[in-house]
Amino acid sequence: MMTVSEPPQTSSPSSERAPLLPALQVDFDDQPETPPEPKIEVEKVHFYYGKTHALKGIDLTIYANRVTAFIGPSGCGKSTLLRTFNRMYELYPKQRAEGRIILDGTVDLLDPRLDLNLLRKRVGMVFQAPTPFPMSIYENIAFGVRLYERLRPAEMNERVEWALHKAALWNEVKDKLKQSGRGLSGGQQQRLCIARAIAVKPEVLLLDEPTSALDPISTAAIEELIQELVEDYTVAIVTHNLQQAARVADYIALFYIGELVEFNDSKTMITRPAKKQTEDYITGRFG
Amino acid sequence: MALTLSVATMAIGLAFLAWILSTLAARGLAALRPVVFLQSTPPPGSAGGLINAIFGSLLMTGVGILVGGPVGILAGTYLAEFGKGNWFAEIARFVNDILLSAPSIIIGLFVYAVMVAQMGHFSGWAGAMALAIIAIPIVVRTTESMLLLVPVSLREAAAALGAPRWKVVTLIAFRAARSGILTGVLLAVARVSGETAPLLFTALNNQFWSANMNAPIANLPVVIFQFAMSPYADWVKLAWAGSLLITLSVLVLNIVARIVFRQQKAG
Repeated sequence: MMTVSEPPQTSSPSSERAPLLPALQVDFDDQPETPPEPKIEVEKVHFYYGKTHALKGIDLTIYANRVTAFIGPSGCGKSTLLRTFNRMYELYPKQRAEGRIILDGTVDLLDPRLDLNLLRKRVGMVFQAPTPFPMSIYENIAFGVRLYERLRPAEMNERVEWALHKAALWNEVKDKLKQSGRGLSGGQQQRLCIARAIAVKPEVLLLDEPTSALDPISTAAIEELIQELVEDYTVAIVTHNLQQAARVADYIALFYIGELVEFNDSKTMITRPAKKQTEDYITGRFG
Repeated sequence: MALTLSVATMAIGLAFLAWILSTLAARGLAALRPVVFLQSTPPPGSAGGLINAIFGSLLMTGVGILVGGPVGILAGTYLAEFGKGNWFAEIARFVNDILLSAPSIIIGLFVYAVMVAQMGHFSGWAGAMALAIIAIPIVVRTTESMLLLVPVSLREAAAALGAPRWKVVTLIAFRAARSGILTGVLLAVARVSGETAPLLFTALNNQFWSANMNAPIANLPVVIFQFAMSPYADWVKLAWAGSLLITLSVLVLNIVARIVFRQQKAG
């Protein structure tokens, strides 16, 4: 899996430690921030696809109201880990997870007695390809809300509008709420999916490569949106795009063949990675 | 060479189809008069129409689809949604495929044995049951394939919102596959509306207007069979008119099914 290619430019690790990736024009504001609260604590999580050991004992903390990005080459387990947070893997009989994933310091997400549907209300997910349901824009949002709440029509209207505002989509769709969600552009569809996830009022948003099917302008809109959402939600995002991780994430976790290579705040990961492997990945020498 | 051969064979096939359709159109149109839709089947030598047979066909096809449609949709849903790597589903799928290609006369005989022989008389109910049994495997197959075409990502998205399995199936998968499933039902209607053999053993025929499903009931295929074989010129004419009616209705059903299915792709 390790593809060693000639580095694009020779980076000599100097004592100055400029950002390893020159393309990354990221401003890291150095204001001292209040130490974040842990939202999800991953403890010794192993994952199996049948007999394939896909995650090998992951320990990691997702902080509340922060964006944590999972990066790494294809097949490294980043999406697999994300899908344990809402137990998406349980749709498939041969997949299983071991270990503990503690939400809010109290609930073990992997506890089989846990109400799966209530877990998924608290932990929402947005997928790689936009997945609007075959119904109107309005109904797309209302679908999830109806699973948990009985709202009067006026309240439902309010909730739909609120969610669409939150997802920065309201102005584009307010006159066509009755039209099919499939008629929107790809970027709009993805924001519709984000609105749909937000509408049930989750605490955590899992984004599985949410922009990989989108054009650069839509990608920028989604990234901007993530920055706003993190004020209210905890966000975990899988991305194969290192630049994106650097742009949106407060924390970055690098995975490689089922193991966590390094986990740190974005600035440290990009500028002073502790491990040689991280440095190689960031400079494009593997992955 | 291969191209010439395949084009030639296609031309032969199409030529026969054109021959059949043109004969049917010419003879059928000549026999198609308003009286066909106004009067019941006549005794030999007198004027009459096919209205009792048209009505009987519609009635039995309708009842047959009302029974077979839901059964087929539910069974197809089971196979698509819950029948992965499950021996019972594997067997059901296999049996369904056999049923799909079973000669309809066997189904007619079966219904004759279990219903007509037991009840002691031919009936519209027995005819409708035979048609339902023919329709079920078609609907099962199309429902299963259409549900399997619903992208996994859509199911995952619904499950990720916390929708329980049955809601994912009924509110999302059905809706996404709606026109495909409807297409399957329409194709089943088209298929059963021309079936003769199973009705010959079950509904038989009735010379008069009858809406009594518990008695023999007239229907187009059997009337065509009986009239076309007869030596009477006006009966043969009516048989041509009936044949044209069935062909046209099957054609219309197929066109509607295509339109419905195309809407799914567009929507």
